[in-house]
Amino acid sequence: MSSKKKKKLTPVQQEYQDFAKKREPQRPILQNCVRSFLAGGTICLIGQLISTFYMRFFDFNEKTAGDPTVATLIFLAVLLTGLGVYDHIAQWAGAGTIIPVTGFANAMASSAIEHRSEGFVLGVGGNMFKLAGSVVVFGVFAAFVVALVKMLILKGLGGV
Amino acid sequence: MIFFWAFVVGGLICVIGQLMMDGLKLTPAHVTSILVVVGALLDGLGLYEPLIDFAGAGATVPITSFGNALVHGAMAEAEQHGLVGIITGIFEITSAGISAAIVFSFLAALVFRPKG
Repeated sequence: MSSKKKKKLTPVQQEYQDFAKKREPQRPILQNCVRSFLAGGTICLIGQLISTFYMRFFDFNEKTAGDPTVATLIFLAVLLTGLGVYDHIAQWAGAGTIIPVTGFANAMASSAIEHRSEGFVLGVGGNMFKLAGSVVVFGVFAAFVVALVKMLILKGLGGV
Repeated sequence: MIFFWAFVVGGLICVIGQLMMDGLKLTPAHVTSILVVVGALLDGLGLYEPLIDFAGAGATVPITSFGNALVHGAMAEAEQHGLVGIITGIFEITSAGISAAIVFSFLAALVFRPKG
């Protein structure tokens, strides 16, 4: 709780906040880290297996194998989300399932499925990027700034 | 060997995300947004490409590679078309991921019903 909010509370309420904070369960940080390491590592390992598979049996090289690999992982994640399995894994693995690209797919699929009852245009279409949108927005804006700065520096150095 | 490093590097990036969630009490949306920006910055400095060569899918599967791919597409187009290229090229490489996510998510919304 921020200190700004705290000022508005009466002394009794403050007392309660302190009381509640003491009884809040401590987050088992070490256990969470081990779990997310194992889960995240496993997802990346699966990704590596898929990309090796595409390189060996289809005509992909190291650079082009990335696209089908990501698409396959996203497909699997959406399928598991639809079947309701991904949320169970995510409960156990924490960030291990959020940080890989599968977490991005899970966020999109779960909001799409969840808002289906509001109709396809306003529900599914309008809410699909509800959670995943922030990643796209910040990613694109950051990439724009980085690319702009990099280009100006390269041009500047080239011009001189 | 690439399988081992994919596991370790991918796992470590997830641990960084977990530490941000637990230690700084950030929401998953904040963590993923920050990591995307970090990925974009790392590629701007030219540090992400060596990591991909080293760890393979360990670097391309986490969301940081999304930022990296955005910058990469933008820079590739910018070299050919200048300033406008940044705008037109930004989704060049990530198109596969975003399109796949939209298409599959829409299909999932058609097929599946929400679960409690």
